Amino acid sequence: MKKRFLGALLSTAIVVTSLAGCGSAAPANEAPVQTATIENEETPKAAAPDSSSDGKLVVGFAQIGQESGWRDAETMSIQNYAKEHADEVELKFADAQQKQENQIKAIKSFIEQDVDVIGLAPVVETGWDQVFAEAQDAGIPIILLDRTADVDESLYATFIGSDFIEEGKLAAQNMAELIGKKGKIVELEGTVGASAATDRKTGFDEEIAANYPDIEIVASQTGDFTRAQGKEVMESFLKSNPDIVGVYAHNDDMALGAIEAIKEAGLKPGEDIVTVSVDGVKGIFEAMVAGEANCTVECNPLLGPLFFETAAKLKKGESVEKWVKSVDGVFTQDVAKDAIDGRAY
Amino acid sequence: MKNRLSKLSGNQAFWPVIIFLTIILFNTILTGGEFLSISIVDGHFYGRIIDIFRNGGKLMILAAGMTMVLATGGTDISVGSVMAISGAIACSIINGNLFPQLGGSVAMAIILAVCAGIVCGLWNGFLVSQIKIQPIVATMILLVAGRGIAQLITSGKIITINSDAYYFINGGYILGLPFPLYIVLFLVGLLLLFVHRTAFGLFLESIGCNQLASKFAGIKVNRFLLAIYTISGAFASVAGLIESAGIKGADCNNAGLNIELDAILAVAIGGTNLMGGRFSILSSVIGALIVQSITTTVLALGVPAAYIRVLKALLIIVICLSQSGKFKQYAAKLVSGKKHVRKEAVAL
Repeated sequence: MKKRFLGALLSTAIVVTSLAGCGSAAPANEAPVQTATIENEETPKAAAPDSSSDGKLVVGFAQIGQESGWRDAETMSIQNYAKEHADEVELKFADAQQKQENQIKAIKSFIEQDVDVIGLAPVVETGWDQVFAEAQDAGIPIILLDRTADVDESLYATFIGSDFIEEGKLAAQNMAELIGKKGKIVELEGTVGASAATDRKTGFDEEIAANYPDIEIVASQTGDFTRAQGKEVMESFLKSNPDIVGVYAHNDDMALGAIEAIKEAGLKPGEDIVTVSVDGVKGIFEAMVAGEANCTVECNPLLGPLFFETAAKLKKGESVEKWVKSVDGVFTQDVAKDAIDGRAY
Repeated sequence: MKNRLSKLSGNQAFWPVIIFLTIILFNTILTGGEFLSISIVDGHFYGRIIDIFRNGGKLMILAAGMTMVLATGGTDISVGSVMAISGAIACSIINGNLFPQLGGSVAMAIILAVCAGIVCGLWNGFLVSQIKIQPIVATMILLVAGRGIAQLITSGKIITINSDAYYFINGGYILGLPFPLYIVLFLVGLLLLFVHRTAFGLFLESIGCNQLASKFAGIKVNRFLLAIYTISGAFASVAGLIESAGIKGADCNNAGLNIELDAILAVAIGGTNLMGGRFSILSSVIGALIVQSITTTVLALGVPAAYIRVLKALLIIVICLSQSGKFKQYAAKLVSGKKHVRKEAVAL
């Protein structure tokens, strides 16, 4: 009896642990090969074999997989664009489930199907040289989306993505606007060494130093991109510098943490201390609607239209920039209410 | 008088208290008194000292649970992941993603989150006591899997909730003092009563010193181990509630990340032997305050981000050295002349 009970407990435990493994390593266990290339269901199947001849733009896109709300929004943007423009473009979409080998398989199959352009959001930076060279030999240009790859520039056509330095500058301009171009502010940095943190700081600090001499950044400290640390660091800032008028956070989550710290200090976030942050997640929109946050610079995931425009140019043989910068929107309290329902992530 | 002092310094909690007070003093001098200042904002106390107690709340709770685990000669490195699970469950229930039939009840969310912690603790205890897996390996399973389970619950996203009742767990005040402090007082008080007013504490020390001998002496070692890991899991889930309430959301990737190491450090600073045996829950709780005050110190001094970890490490080295008997002897030798040393040698 006792043994049977033990056995039952053990087997449940095994199930639980394997389930958990699933969660942390993404749903990679579900036959990756089978899903390596999934054609967009909406595209008419008959057009597939001789698609290049009927003038349609045929694009193969190898996405990383489901990773975050941001990436889901990017995927949706690409798929929706293809659906809406089904008479002009045909999308072959591959979900690599976080594995580079799946992405390489997908690219190879795109080359075999002779698509016009290949899009890729590389899951890792290295190991792409050979498959990129194969695509080049086949005369198919490659567009890198939102992440770069560590390969020779000649191997890919262009990179589409955000300019973190520009985001920092936009944040600085909006901060200056909000506080009347003068006053003391503090900065919540992202993880030390992350490019998003380094560049967002560089852009912001340079813009403030160059154009707004009356604004002083009195303290800058890392909050590791997390809410909990953003809150703790802000609590400390508020004690050493009770006279600050604004906080700039390298991501929205730290700003959301800072808002709680400001409230605890008996001040009104959004009024006594304004917030400017980067990303544009749903939580910050809710805070803006509630009047507790002021401004977010969106790191735009809706790259679909830009991606297909660039692909069309490449097909026609037009030249494109090596780095096509995506347009980052700025959202303030005034527009937050209208924009919040449309937030995909 | 002298006698009383030496009796006091013999107490395990003596040195941790001295270290904690030293850190506070050090900060007060460096910040020109700003560190100690406490004002009243919106009817509650407000100041860095209050911050240490509020932000250190979760670590104090974890350290109390961890002390018992370490006293048996085991360890529980899964507490951070259990925190993530409990936060994820509580927030998912409150925003209606999980068990929508509960209607977002905060009370039920808290109860179920603590239940989840108890289940996690039972699992750890089962692996250690019945399957006889080494504690660090047994709890490593949940360390890895737990965060995955939490991500499954929230589908990998950060859940934001807007419940003032839930926020009270971290941000609430009673009589001007932060609510987490009351949770600590309640849990630690309960544990102290249990450990010192029953034979539990004695048996615990005995298990930590020699499991086999304890078994032959008639102590049901396995049941004790199961109970202790369960308490640790339950405490971790409460810490998880405090953490997630503070940010009004569940951040599965970061909630309680690496906090198990802070908890073990707190116990070590408190002077409990990590190999098991003699322990003091109160000292560990003060140890947790020391660990938290290091963080607060670093922030108060405005150290550039890149130096924070190094400075923390330096402070920890100094604290650990000051706790080491060998080092104290050596330092005493250096300070006093040879005569003293000879005297000490005779005394030894």
